[in-house]
This record gives sequence, structure tokens and C-alpha cells, in this order.
Amino acid sequence: MKLSSSMNLILAAVLAVSTPLMAQTPEERGLEISQEAKQRDLGWGDMQADMLMVLRNKQGQESVREIRLKSLEQENDGDKSLSIFDKPRDVKGTAFLSFSHPVGADDQWLYLPALKRVKRIASRNKSGPFMGSEFAFEDLSSFEIEKYSYKYIQDEACEAGQCFVVEQYPVDKNSGYTRRVVWLDHDEYRISKVEFYDRKNSLLKTLTFQGYQQYLGKYWRADLQQMTNHQNGKSTDLKWTGYKFQSGLNDSDFNKNTLKRSR
Amino acid sequence: MNKQLFSAGLAVLLLSGTAQAEEVFFEATGKLSGEFRGYFDEGKFSGQDYQTGTSFAIEPELFWELNGGSDTVTFTPFYRVDQHDEERTHGDVRELSWIHVADDWELRTGLRRVFWGVTEFNHLVDVINQTDAVEDSDGEDKLGQPMVNLSLVRDWGIVDLFILPGFRERTFAGNDGRLRSGLVVDTENARYESNDGDQHIDTAVRWSQSFDLYDVGLYWFKGTNRDPRFELGVNNAVPILVPVYEQMDQIGFDGQATIENWLWKLELLWRDTSAEQYTAMQAGVEYTFYGVAESAVDLGVLAEYGWDERGENADASFQNDLFIGSRITLNDEASTEFLAGLGYDIDYQSHSLFAEASSRFGENWKISLDARVFDAGDSKDPIVNIEQDDMVQLTADYYF
Repeated sequence: MKLSSSMNLILAAVLAVSTPLMAQTPEERGLEISQEAKQRDLGWGDMQADMLMVLRNKQGQESVREIRLKSLEQENDGDKSLSIFDKPRDVKGTAFLSFSHPVGADDQWLYLPALKRVKRIASRNKSGPFMGSEFAFEDLSSFEIEKYSYKYIQDEACEAGQCFVVEQYPVDKNSGYTRRVVWLDHDEYRISKVEFYDRKNSLLKTLTFQGYQQYLGKYWRADLQQMTNHQNGKSTDLKWTGYKFQSGLNDSDFNKNTLKRSR
Repeated sequence: MNKQLFSAGLAVLLLSGTAQAEEVFFEATGKLSGEFRGYFDEGKFSGQDYQTGTSFAIEPELFWELNGGSDTVTFTPFYRVDQHDEERTHGDVRELSWIHVADDWELRTGLRRVFWGVTEFNHLVDVINQTDAVEDSDGEDKLGQPMVNLSLVRDWGIVDLFILPGFRERTFAGNDGRLRSGLVVDTENARYESNDGDQHIDTAVRWSQSFDLYDVGLYWFKGTNRDPRFELGVNNAVPILVPVYEQMDQIGFDGQATIENWLWKLELLWRDTSAEQYTAMQAGVEYTFYGVAESAVDLGVLAEYGWDERGENADASFQNDLFIGSRITLNDEASTEFLAGLGYDIDYQSHSLFAEASSRFGENWKISLDARVFDAGDSKDPIVNIEQDDMVQLTADYYF
């Protein structure tokens, strides 16, 4: 009697714990975690920041890129963004305008100051390196749920404590990856680490996030992102400074006229 | 030239500057270039009996930002010294302008450069600025044009209204310069159809818009034709060419469709002068192979066709011409790029070939190597004049 009641209790407890897990596939769990991460980062409105890229080759030689970034959140669409290049000097004044979309091609224009020319460019090139760095264009574009399918792998200890480990499979056939493995911390759903697997499914790059700071009491941004390429031995550090949120940018700050006079 | 315009602009600036002096942002940057040209042969004409040439150029840029970014001033003087050609030793104010920005409009006043168009081998519809033709044979260097340009941003597109007070004459190689016609162009004695001469006030209006994958622009220009026709003349008993600048009305269209790896490009022009009325076109495609063979290298392939209704009578160089080219971008830390192209004139069976390579060295240097080869298939083709001007050019740019 006593035994069977405690057995029942255990059984009930096991059922109570396992039923939701049984009902939810790893795919659903992966999606749920990613949706929660996206949900927690909605509503930031507009943002400006300075980006310093330090490119390091195998021999440890460094070169730098300085870029100013402005972005505007869009309802039910990808973000609008404007990137202005300050360094290297020969590309100073070059600016890049992008209207990203969760599904389909992004709209992208490049301004070339030497010719005063605005060029509409193909956004097909997702996997290409950004400014010769170890970041691909797709690594720098905004995260949208529709861009991946998902699979929850496990929980694992990480730098921020406990992390969800979720695999993300790019939907876009032009992606340079078969999958990304993402570590998100339990408390704040901040990305702690990403591993990138190339088209042959071998480990290509690892990206780590450090120095998270919270803005407007809600939005977490890392001060430092470090990308290491395991195949060519190169690395790129991305250092962020001067984050400003909700400074009143609107659609009129993101058109071909603003592109031409950005500097 | 147009001193009133600039003093007015400068007065406004100085006033706004003194009002909020503590908020003025100033930046000085620029470029120094050293250039070495080697020609395969001596030139065809007297004064061209040399095979190497050196040249230096400086182009500083001074920039002020005031009133929290609502007003900016840019000053970009330019000066080149050339070893041989006194016409190529020249200066220009590429930009001296004031831009005032409001939420859905901006006013741009002063000397500026404006580019319109989408094609690569010819810039048919690019009409606002005069070509600084002594700089390079590709026609991409332009002289600063005085203007007042009001730009309106609307949901249905961007509308640009231009008033262009004053005209800039095209630069031409002098007696000792290469890449010129047999007779030297006498730039001191240009003639004009309009009684206002180089003070004629030109006007233009342009609408441009992006529709999903399509970017289009349409404009109307009324004023002095940037392309002169030539009359024979005599200067100190030496026969010369006198440039004649006529009045014209021009309608231009440019459009690009950006679909996956393809860029489809079209430029159309209709020009009406007192002497003639004609249409011309430049159209083509560009296809890019991204990440060739699992590398970071992009390979672009370009093909264009240039057509002019006037056919062989056209004074334009591209009246029935095919172009093919290739662009290779290494996407490396040094931004190394290669561009090569071949132009073929179907009427005259003439060829021209160009190749360009560039790469960054350190944080401040860019080195370029260019080659140009010209081969006339018919003595009636104007390209026959520069047949012996095949050359390679090494350029070192220092950015500060």
C-alpha cells in the first residue's frame, strides 16, 4: 500500500515532468527557445553604434575597419540599416544601405564616393566575407525566425551559467552553412557562443560574445564578439562602442539621399 | 564663377557656424597620387615623342558639420601636375558645397558632382557634370558643376530639381599630351550657340524610385550640351579644333533589375539640338558567380551593347559597339580587385582593351595597375588617332 502509493507518486511525478517533454519535439523546443530570444529583443526601435573590426591573419598581423551603424526596427519585416565606412582610408565615405527581409532577397545599395555613384547590388552573396574579415554578410544580418529551422540539443554549462544548445539550419540555399550551433543562457536568452559548420558540415568558425551590457533596461548587447576561423587560422574581433537606442531615427534616415550624404 | 552663389552660401554657413560654434565638427582628409605611364610607342603627332610620363595629384577634402548635422559644408580642391602636358597640369574645385537637410527634403548648393546611370562601359545618361577628359580615357572624372539642387523625398520617389548656373568646358589634352586627336582642341576659344555663352542657366528635373527588384530614374535636362561638336579653326597659323557647345533638350532613362545573380541594365537617351534629334542606348547584363570553387573569390561577367541612331555619323564613340568584361574580387583583407574589358566597334571593326588591378597596402596606400590598348580597324574611326597610345599606368594613392 505504502509502496504502491509512493510508486504512484513517482509515476505521477515522472508523467508530470515528461508529458510536456514527450509532447514537444526537439524541433519545437528549439523553435520555442529561438522565438523567446527574438521576443525578448523586440521593441528597441532604433539603434546607433560604432563598430571596430580588428582582422588578424595567421601570422598575427592586424588591420582595422571602422564602421558606424544605424538600424531601424520594422514591424513585420527585417530591419533597415545604414553602415558608413571610416577606415580603411581608401573606402572612407563608402556607405551601405540595406532593407532586410525575413524571407527572400534583401534590398541593398552601395554608395561609392569617388564616383558619387549609388549602385543597387545583388544580395545573393550571403556567404561572402564582409570587408575581408572572418564575418560573412549573413553573420551580420539581423536574426529573423523565418531564416532557420531549429532543433534543441541539450542544456549545458556555459560562461553565463546554464545554456540551451540549439541547432539552427539555414533556410536560404545561398547560406554558406549547413548549420549553426547556438548557446543561449537560461536567464536572459543571450547568445554566448555560436559554432558555424560549412557546406561539408565540418566546423568552420566559432563566435563568442563577451561583455554584455543592458540598454533601456531590456536589450542586451555584447561589447566584444570574437570570430575564429578554424580552417584558415584567421580571426576577427568586433568591438562595439557608443550604443544609442531610441534616438529618434525614422524611415527618412534610410533612403538613397541619406546614403549619399552619410560620412 | 558664380561668386554670388558661393558668398551667399558661405554667409549662411558662417552665420549658422557662429550661432552654434561649439557644435561644429571638422574633418580634413584627402588623397595624394603619384602616377607613372609607360607607352608602348611614341605618339602619332608632333609633341608626342616620348614613351614615359610622370604625374602627381592632390585632392584634399575639408568637411564641416554644423547644427547637429542639419548643415554640412564640403570643400574638395584638386590639382594635378603632369610632366609633359600643360593642359593636364590643371586644377579644379571638385566640390565646394553646402547641404541643408530637413526631414523630407534637402537643399544642395555650390559646386558638386552628381552621377546618374547604371551601365559600366559607357555613361550615356550622366549629364550634369562635364568630363575632366585629361584625367583618364574612361570619362569617369568630372569637373565640379555649380548648382542649386532641391531634393524632395516622397513615397512615390525622390524628385531632384536643378538650377545649374554656369557651364564648365571639357578639358582636352594639349599639344604635348597623349590620347588626343591629330589637331589640338583650342580650349581658349570655345564657341556657344547661346548668347549667354558659359553663363547660360541650365535646368534639370529627375525622378527616381525603387520598386522591389527594380530601380528606375527618368529626367529632363534643358541647357548646354556637355558634348561639344568641333569646327576647324586656325590659331597662330596652326590648324586647330574649336569646341562648339550647343543648346539641347534631353530626356534620359536608367533602369536596373537586380534578380538573384543577375543585374539587367538599361540606359536610354533622347537628345534634341538645333542640328539634330536622335536616340541612343546602352544596355547590358552582369552576372556574378559568388564564392568560386568554395573560395571567397567572386567572379563577375559583363556584357553591354552601345547604340546610337546616327550610326557612323555619330560623334559619339559608341554608336554600334559591343563590350564584354570580367570583374574578379578576391574579398581579401587588401580588397584586391581585377577588372578587364574589351570593346568592339561593329561598324569599324576597331578594338579597345582595358585591364585594371588594385590592392591596398598597409592602412593608407592603394596601388593600381592599369593597361589600355587601342586598335583601329578603319581609318575613319576616331580611335585611329590614339592607336599608338597603348599604355600601362602604375598609380600609388596615399590616403590621409
